[in-house]
Amino acid sequence: MTKKILNSPAACPSQMLDGFLAAHGGTCERVPGVSGLRVRQVRDKVALVIGGGSGHEPMFTFFVGDGLADAAAAGNVFASPDPNTIVQTARAVDAGKGVLFVYGNYSGDNLNFDIAAEMLEEMGVPTRTVRVWDDVASAPAQRIKDRRGIAGDLFVIKIAGAATAAGLSLDEAWRVAAKARDGVFSIGVGLAGAAIPGESEPIFTLPEGEIEFGLGIHGEPGIRRMPLPGADELTDLLVDTLFAETGVSAGDRVCTCVNGLGSTTLMELYIMNRRLRQRLDCAGVEIHDMQVGSYVTSQEMAGASISLLRLDGELAGYFDRPCSSPHYRR
Amino acid sequence: MERLTAADARELLLYVADRVIESKPYLTEMDRAIGDGDHGIAMALGMGKARETLQTLEGGSDVYRLFCEAGMAMMMSMGGASGVIFGTLFSGGAKGRSPSPALDCAAFTELMAGGLSAVQRRGGAHVGDKTMVDALQPAVEAMEAFPGNDFCGLLGAAEKAARAGAESTRNLVARFGRAKSLGERALGHMDAGAASTHIIFRAMRDFCVRRGGQEDGK
Repeated sequence: MTKKILNSPAACPSQMLDGFLAAHGGTCERVPGVSGLRVRQVRDKVALVIGGGSGHEPMFTFFVGDGLADAAAAGNVFASPDPNTIVQTARAVDAGKGVLFVYGNYSGDNLNFDIAAEMLEEMGVPTRTVRVWDDVASAPAQRIKDRRGIAGDLFVIKIAGAATAAGLSLDEAWRVAAKARDGVFSIGVGLAGAAIPGESEPIFTLPEGEIEFGLGIHGEPGIRRMPLPGADELTDLLVDTLFAETGVSAGDRVCTCVNGLGSTTLMELYIMNRRLRQRLDCAGVEIHDMQVGSYVTSQEMAGASISLLRLDGELAGYFDRPCSSPHYRR
Repeated sequence: MERLTAADARELLLYVADRVIESKPYLTEMDRAIGDGDHGIAMALGMGKARETLQTLEGGSDVYRLFCEAGMAMMMSMGGASGVIFGTLFSGGAKGRSPSPALDCAAFTELMAGGLSAVQRRGGAHVGDKTMVDALQPAVEAMEAFPGNDFCGLLGAAEKAARAGAESTRNLVARFGRAKSLGERALGHMDAGAASTHIIFRAMRDFCVRRGGQEDGK
C-alpha cells in the first residue's frame, strides 16, 4: 500500500487548491463552482488558459500568474478537466480578446478542450489551441501529433504567457506559442512508479535495478526496460536521443530543462544537468538558459526527463520576459 | 418486455450506474495494465453523477431526456476521454429528438445506434482500434439485426456481441488513447473502455431479464 497524506482521494484536487489559496490567495482565486484557478485581476489581453489532470503539480494549476497563465482548469488526478470546468474557467478571465488554450496532447484533454472551445465559440468567445507534443518516445516523428505532452509544457506556457502579456493578438500569440511547441523536444526515464491517490497499487512496477526508458508522465510504458546505468551514461542516452531527434548542433541556441518526476532529488537532477552541460558545450550548442527542478511531476514517481527548446530571436525575447507565480518565476 | 417506458428507462439507467460503480476495482485493474489506471475511478464518478441527476428526474415522461441528462451529467463531471465518450454514448442518440414516453425495440436500437455514430464522430475510432467502439459497434449491429420486439432478446444479443467485441481487443494493438504508445505490448490485455461497454450492455440485459421475470410473475 502506497502511503499518502490525504483525507479522501476524491477531495485531493479541491483540498490542495484550498491550501494553495490559503498561502497565495492575494493574487489568485478559485473559479466559482468548478475546479479552476484564476488570477484575481482580469487583464486586458488575450487570456491564456491552461489545464489538464491534477497530480502533476506544480503543472498546471500553479502556473497561473503574471506573465504566465491567466487561469487553469484542473481535472481529477491524471484526468482531463470536463468541458464545463474549462468553459467556466476560460470565461472567468476572458477580457473580450479571445482565449488561447495550451495543454498537453492527450485524447482526453483534446476531447474535453475541443468541446469547451465549441461551447465558447457558441457564446461568442474566440479560441485558439496549442497542444504540446514534446515526448519523442511516444511516437515517431512522422506521427508527431500522436506524441504526448510532458515537461515541454513548461516552455510553451512560459512563452505563451509572455506573448499574451506583450499584448499580441489571439492569432499572433497562437503563432508564437505554436512555434515554441514546434521547437521543444523531451525524453524521460522512470525509476519507480507512483500510485494515484486512493489506489493501493502503483501504476507500474519495475524489477529491482531496472529503469524504463521513454515512459510518460502518467506511467505510460516507454520504449524499453534496461538496467540502471550511472548518471552520466543515463544522461548521455537521453541527450543522444534528443540530438538525433532534433538535429540540434553547433551554433544552435537552446533552453534546457532537467525535470524531476516527483521523488527524484534535486541532487540527482543537478548531477544530470552537469553532464547535460558537458555534452552541449562539447557539441558547441549555445545555452541560453538551463532549468532544473520538478515542474511537471507524476505524483511520487521517480525519474527525470530532459527537454530541449530550440530558440530563435523571437522566442528568446519572450522567454526572457519576467514572469511570476508562487512556484515559478523568472 | 416489449416497451421501455420513461419510468423503466430511469430504473434501467440507475441499475446500469450501480453495476458500473461496482465494477470500479475490476476496471481500474484492467486499465492499469495498459493505461494509467484511472478508468474505473472515472466511470464510477460519472455514473455516480448520472445517478444523482436521474434521482432528481423522477416522474419524467421522456425517455430521451433521461438518456440525454444522464450522458450530459457524465460528460460534464468525469473529465478524461471516457467522460466525453461515455457521456456521448448515452446522450448522442437522444439529443434533439422529440420527446417520447416509451420506446419499442426499434426505437431503442435507433437510440443506441445514434450514440455509436456520435461517439465515432467525436472520437474518430473504428472497430480494430482497441477502444470501446470494438464492443459498442458489434452490440449495435446485433441489435439492428435482432428480429422481433423483445427487450430481453434484443439486449441479450447486444450483450453477447459486446462481450465478444471486448474480448477481441486483447488481440489488438491500440491506435487511440494512452495505450497507443505501447505498440505490441498492449497485446493480451483487454481495453478498459470496451470492458465498460460490455458491463453497460450486460447490466441493461440483466435489468430487462429481471423486469421480464417480474412481469411473468404478475
